[in-house]
Amino acid sequence: MYPDDLKYSKEHEWVRMSGDIAEIGVTVFAQESLGDVVFVDLPEVGTNVEQFAKFGEIESVKAVSDLFSPIGGKITEVNSAAADTPEVVNEDPYGSGWLIKVELNDTAQLDELMDAATYQATLE
Amino acid sequence: MTISINAGGVDRRLLMDRSVTGRKAFTLPASDVPTQNLPDSSLLRDDVELPEVSQLEVIRYFSVLSQLNFSIDTNFYPLGSCTMKYNPKINDELSNLPGLANIHPLQPDVTVQGAIRLLKNLQDDLGEITGLSGVSLAPLAGAQGEYAGLLIARAYHDARSDSARTVAIVPDSAHGTNPASAAMAGLEVVTVRSDDQGNVDVENLRELANSNTAVFMLTIPSTLGLFEPNILEITKIVHDAGGLVYADGANLNALLGVVKLGDLGVDICHSNLHKTFSTPHGGGGPGSGPVMVTNELAKFLPKPVAVKTDVGYVLATPEMSVGSINGFHGSFSIAARAYAYIKALGQEGLRSVSENAIISANYIQAKLRDKYDLAADRYCMHETVLSAARQKKRGVAGLDIAKRLLDFGIHAPTMYFPMIVDEALMVEPTESESKETLDHFIAVMRQIDDEVDSAPELLHDAPHDLPVTRLDEATAARKPVLRWSAEV
Amino acid sequence: MASSAHTSPNHPYIPSTDSERAEMLGAIGVDSLDALLEDIPAQHRHPKLNLAAGLSEQELSTVFGSIAAENASPSSGYISFLGAGSYSHYIPSTVRSILQRGEFVTAYTPYQPEAAQGTLQVGFEFQTIVCQLTEMEVANAGMYDGPTAFAEACLMAARVTKRTKIGVLSSTDKRLSDTLLAYSKYQGIEIVEVAADATDIPDDLACIGIQSPNFFGEIEDVQRLTKLAHDNGALSVVHVNPTALGMFKAPGEFDVDIVTAEGQPLGVPMAFGGPYVGLFACKKAHIRQMPGRIIGRTTDTKGRTGYALTLQTREQHIRRERATSNICTSTQLIGLMVTVYAATLGKQGMKDLASLCYQKAHYAAAEINKLDGYSVKSSGTFFHEFVVTCPSAPPKINEALLKKKIIGGLDISDRSESGMLVCVTETSSKADIDRFVKALSEIGVSA
Repeated sequence: MYPDDLKYSKEHEWVRMSGDIAEIGVTVFAQESLGDVVFVDLPEVGTNVEQFAKFGEIESVKAVSDLFSPIGGKITEVNSAAADTPEVVNEDPYGSGWLIKVELNDTAQLDELMDAATYQATLE
Repeated sequence: MTISINAGGVDRRLLMDRSVTGRKAFTLPASDVPTQNLPDSSLLRDDVELPEVSQLEVIRYFSVLSQLNFSIDTNFYPLGSCTMKYNPKINDELSNLPGLANIHPLQPDVTVQGAIRLLKNLQDDLGEITGLSGVSLAPLAGAQGEYAGLLIARAYHDARSDSARTVAIVPDSAHGTNPASAAMAGLEVVTVRSDDQGNVDVENLRELANSNTAVFMLTIPSTLGLFEPNILEITKIVHDAGGLVYADGANLNALLGVVKLGDLGVDICHSNLHKTFSTPHGGGGPGSGPVMVTNELAKFLPKPVAVKTDVGYVLATPEMSVGSINGFHGSFSIAARAYAYIKALGQEGLRSVSENAIISANYIQAKLRDKYDLAADRYCMHETVLSAARQKKRGVAGLDIAKRLLDFGIHAPTMYFPMIVDEALMVEPTESESKETLDHFIAVMRQIDDEVDSAPELLHDAPHDLPVTRLDEATAARKPVLRWSAEV
Repeated sequence: MASSAHTSPNHPYIPSTDSERAEMLGAIGVDSLDALLEDIPAQHRHPKLNLAAGLSEQELSTVFGSIAAENASPSSGYISFLGAGSYSHYIPSTVRSILQRGEFVTAYTPYQPEAAQGTLQVGFEFQTIVCQLTEMEVANAGMYDGPTAFAEACLMAARVTKRTKIGVLSSTDKRLSDTLLAYSKYQGIEIVEVAADATDIPDDLACIGIQSPNFFGEIEDVQRLTKLAHDNGALSVVHVNPTALGMFKAPGEFDVDIVTAEGQPLGVPMAFGGPYVGLFACKKAHIRQMPGRIIGRTTDTKGRTGYALTLQTREQHIRRERATSNICTSTQLIGLMVTVYAATLGKQGMKDLASLCYQKAHYAAAEINKLDGYSVKSSGTFFHEFVVTCPSAPPKINEALLKKKIIGGLDISDRSESGMLVCVTETSSKADIDRFVKALSEIGVSA
């Protein structure tokens, strides 16, 4: 449910580091609370996002939630598959349902995130 | 050609799928004037791709569709906060009199004295009922009345050079239009808490009301169907802070002759004529949302306002009007229906409306409270908010109960609103329903509660016998199909 | 017992009898209604309502008969040449007949789609008809009226472009721009006028709002203005007359972004101004910024076709202060009238109707133009409305016309010198038009 190689934010987003690129998505808890995801509004590539700032919105049939980036930096890629077929966020939140990639500008940011065990504890 | 057959054998094909070239449902008269030159052909289009069907097919198509609906005329419809009362047929008939239906909104006042007199009389009656004598019938729906009310509040503060007031305080139990209208009026929304009795948390309000407060928006009775016991203190707190009190009149059906909003310190309110005053909901409009204000605020009302002068009735623009919020004078033929309703009931009848509505709601509450939780354990006004929290623990959601009611030919209560109540089911029986109908509803609700344990699948899969079962709303939103096209 | 202190004799709209009320109060566990009202401050409870006593249905009919008789309408022998946003058209019997169906009239918003497939399928048909008429990709289920649809369209353009300045063409009806002003007043929006012949616009406009036929009845060069808007990063918002679309090219052909219209001409009585319905269509790309209700097609758990409200997260009941609009109606019943009307007239009928209006209006214009002192002020192509420059003040002429049971055109001398805006539709016979022309001729400068 909550892979050990990821870092988590209290707003239920996850981060996977690969080099200085942070891949970001929402957790199983988030997608289950929302229910069927029907729309994801993602930012444009090349824009900057601050850590913990809003970068988009995610919608289910009868709810809408803001997406907050666990990492600040320049957005290098957005997942067009999530925009076109939002059900991937429900089906594979840690894989093909990722949302954006951000070029990490300060590794210290990672210290403000939780590991899997700590995150899971916040859900109980 | 694909034929999609639905439950009961209903042919759900769309009009365009029924279209046959050359068929028609109507003939226009031939032109009786000498032929005129047409404009340049570059401006003209070839055809409008509309259906070609026979007249019988038009009538049968829409008649069959109508039978797929629940309606007040055919079903008990206890949809909370919507006041689904009987819509008297005479009102439709009278509003369609040629002398009312076939008059143009820009006719000279002297040619529409009856129409303006009707508007003036309705203004006076609504002023009397609410205790707020400045009335404009212009708003086309409750949300417009609400927006007009907020524009008036802003105009009032602006006129006093008190323009720093940019906050609307709204209870956490408020309907979504309140914050949406406040945002349209450029106001920042600040939420005040409800206490455990469902009342406004007065201490929290005291902390929030200050020199930034433009208006406090309060639904009376509240969206929990409760009368705010601290209302006089609340209006005083807001007034002491220099703000105005706006009452959302969605629930006015509880208050006719019971209490006047103006007497409680309310400065502005709106009323939904399609709720309290019995004008048809029409499947979602047209509505009408007159705005009522104190004398002091009347000069800010949206235009027009009907006025009686020495030379007869005229449509006037108030001195410092917030302007035009729509094309003409509001929903005139809806106003005519509401006026007919008020005239038919009169002073005693209106009082009786609210009293019976209150008794009916409390009766349902009393008869179901052992099976369903209450949002607040006290007497309600015209509606009761139940909670299916107990049933949820046993594996069945409020949604399932709502859908199961449909199987019994009863429309579902309002679900999941107000949002502060877990698994809310808001039941508003109205004064229109007989005790037998209420008893039947009570029996059905009790049976459904039994089914939660005995046959939960009946609830999970409900409804069973309607034209469709539950719909895939996720796919509808992911891959929107919003119109007929040749391909689908 | 005191319970019935305030209850009145039974009324046809209220079934409960005294004994039933007593029984229900007993079940509630109170001995009087007042026990249920204790939260209401006692000094304000049960105020005197200064209203007349209730009337029987027969008495009510008499009251309304006298109200209706005080109004001048075709049924009292008047003919009218007023338009300017509300139009006289024949309403087919099918519309009136379907409007009697209580299952449509007395249903609520289709929040329970299983119990509202009739309303929903009609709404889907309505959206289809709006798209077919305008040749746009998507439409919503209806707005309050034409002017509010136009105002919401301009605000939508501001959201789409993230710009705050809205341009409105100078030939537009003030009812449209006034409503826009009231809607945008506190939203940090600036409204600027764009000349109808402008070849250049500011590069920070959210849109150009265009009315075509415009307030004066003339067809605007929508294609050119839309290109001008697009060249400057703005959207094109076009407010059309739906009857004219039976004849003139649809805005969808010109790459217009948002189209609005007053739906009243399509089978809805003038009814002194309402209720009407606003038509609202746009490009599919902008759908998430569209206000109002939208109905979508889907399937049920058994795979059968059904309809439901969709894309609801745009709306106030979910997004609250961040909603696209505070609107929570689709004016569904008027939309039903429009839908039945369009289905009844159909492909040929809409074409014939537009042609009939055009022919009669142009005949009237030509005849008036022949009169001494009167001239038709028309620089381009008009549909069924035109401006007559009168030999004396239009209000004076209208006063004289009224004595002949003719309601003349709208006095627009504030926008066009000595101007009267005249509208002629299929409801005016040649005899009516000739009577009007003769009367104008007789009145002439003497008014």
